Amino acid sequence: MNLFKIAFKNILFRPLNTSLSLILLSFGVGIISLLLLLEVQLREEFDRNIKDIDLVLGAKGSPLQLILANVYHIDAPTGNINLKEAQRVMRHPYIKEAIPLAYGDNYNRFRIVGTEHNYPAHYGVELKEGKLWSAKFEATIGPDVAKNTGLKIGDQFYSAHGLTDNADIHTDKAFTVVGIFKNSNSVIDQLILTEISSIWGVHEEHDEAHADGEEHEEPEREITAVLLKKKNPLAIITLPSFIKETNMQIALPSVEINRLNENFGIGMSTLKWVAILIMIISFISVFISLYNSLKQRKYELALMRSMGGRKGKLFAMLLLEGSIMVIIGIFLGLILSRIALLILSGALENQFHYDISNAGLLINEVKLILITIFVGVLASLLPAIQAVRIDISKTLSDA
Amino acid sequence: MDLKFWVLLSMLVAKDLKFTYSTGPSFSFPDFSCGKEEQLLLLGESGKGKTTLLHLLAGMLKASSGTLELMETDLRNLSAGELDRFRGEHIGIVFQTAHFVESLNVEDNLIMPQYLCSKKIDRQKAKTILSRLNLEHKLKEFPKNLSVGEQQRVAIARALMNDPQVILADEPTSALDDKNAMEVIQLLEEQAKATGAALVIVTHDQRLKDHVQKHIQL
Repeated sequence: MNLFKIAFKNILFRPLNTSLSLILLSFGVGIISLLLLLEVQLREEFDRNIKDIDLVLGAKGSPLQLILANVYHIDAPTGNINLKEAQRVMRHPYIKEAIPLAYGDNYNRFRIVGTEHNYPAHYGVELKEGKLWSAKFEATIGPDVAKNTGLKIGDQFYSAHGLTDNADIHTDKAFTVVGIFKNSNSVIDQLILTEISSIWGVHEEHDEAHADGEEHEEPEREITAVLLKKKNPLAIITLPSFIKETNMQIALPSVEINRLNENFGIGMSTLKWVAILIMIISFISVFISLYNSLKQRKYELALMRSMGGRKGKLFAMLLLEGSIMVIIGIFLGLILSRIALLILSGALENQFHYDISNAGLLINEVKLILITIFVGVLASLLPAIQAVRIDISKTLSDA
Repeated sequence: MDLKFWVLLSMLVAKDLKFTYSTGPSFSFPDFSCGKEEQLLLLGESGKGKTTLLHLLAGMLKASSGTLELMETDLRNLSAGELDRFRGEHIGIVFQTAHFVESLNVEDNLIMPQYLCSKKIDRQKAKTILSRLNLEHKLKEFPKNLSVGEQQRVAIARALMNDPQVILADEPTSALDDKNAMEVIQLLEEQAKATGAALVIVTHDQRLKDHVQKHIQL
């Protein structure tokens, strides 16, 4: 027999009251913790992929879309740009490094990106097996691609037109897998990398097949975007005017992502307030639940006093009852947020090929836990004080 | 006889006891004493301050004037905390209607007095006392599932758990029929004898008059 056991049995003795408090508490804690987790994970994911990319060159359109499409491979690209015009920027003296990207096809919804070897090198991605692509229609694939499609070295596959479906498959040209990357938690994990000329290759022949009898010109080479690292800070000011006459634009990933976070943040903070409201209600419910049960248990408490129970012991018992409820509620809430994150990350991975299932305890969550315990104890304090102030004699003779 | 001498013989001595409620009603009680293993019936109609007297004896109320000594300790000199402790260790109380900690089973309710007085928990003792009252099979039952008679017997068992020197019973039989009332009063007497405790019963139940020799009319 100890105080914990008595308190615990008292909580279990009123299952409805207890469930209501627990449901409210765990939802409040769960939502806040899920928001904290999402915020951190998304920010980390975004930061990891920006990794020193100062500028992105691409077709005119929404700069945010340009960033999302080419740095994160989430959105559709804004369009294509002329290779020759792009090369003028890539060779600009203010530019330190340029990574060209060309894409428009997919295999099982994984993007096939034509680029150069400096793209995986930029993210420090290493090979797990095989080698980097070195010829047209050779491909090196990310670990998630390998896992999801079952592609192995030496396997061949056909690309499908577009970025999301398998409807229009280019059956004339097969890609061969020559290498698989190690997991790097970067966007490369989700990509199939190849020579830029492979992308042109697929579409040239594709176009030719449809261009019977039409006048055939040497096609203007096009790419989708270029990731740029600057040598000189002036690049940010100079380059936009440098490309003024073209259909190209330059966007700054850090600026766009900050903007995204700000817009995103409004929704986040609204949700946060809703969650805080739920928590306040749950504290009130813990308070009412304890206070109500106190009325019913007044005689019981007086009885315990009459059997020699000191005030301190009864005070501690009631405080413990509140604390146990709060702690169970926190525990359930944290489990709830992890389950939600798991489900959400599954959905996100399907949609965006993004994995956010890493779910350790955050510092902000520790703060959340401490605050919740503190307020929870506070909510059970008043009933506990009431309990020790009861008049034993009066209570016992009134019953 | 000199009061000092009485004290040596007695577990309980009350002299010139008066109590006034802040709300008005005032009671003065006759002098009485109760020795070790002795049984005392305090009889009185409603409104004579029976429960008040019992709460005075149990240290749950403080007398306005007079002396009240239990085991040579003047209850009026104890602090609230000391009173709780004294009551828990030396006094077993049986109330008119049996009440329990509803969330705990009979066994846990029985060891509650030991726990609350920070004594060593002795579950075997709970079993022994309960079997003396023929209720051993109800050990794991919850109080609310017992009949009224059974509840009262468990309440008596609980009052005995700390081997009290004084057992106080407040109308222990008034809610019971003749058969159960006789059983309960016999039980109280037996158990008080078995533990060597003084038994003080406060009641208006005239049925008990024939049972207990020493009575005092309030």
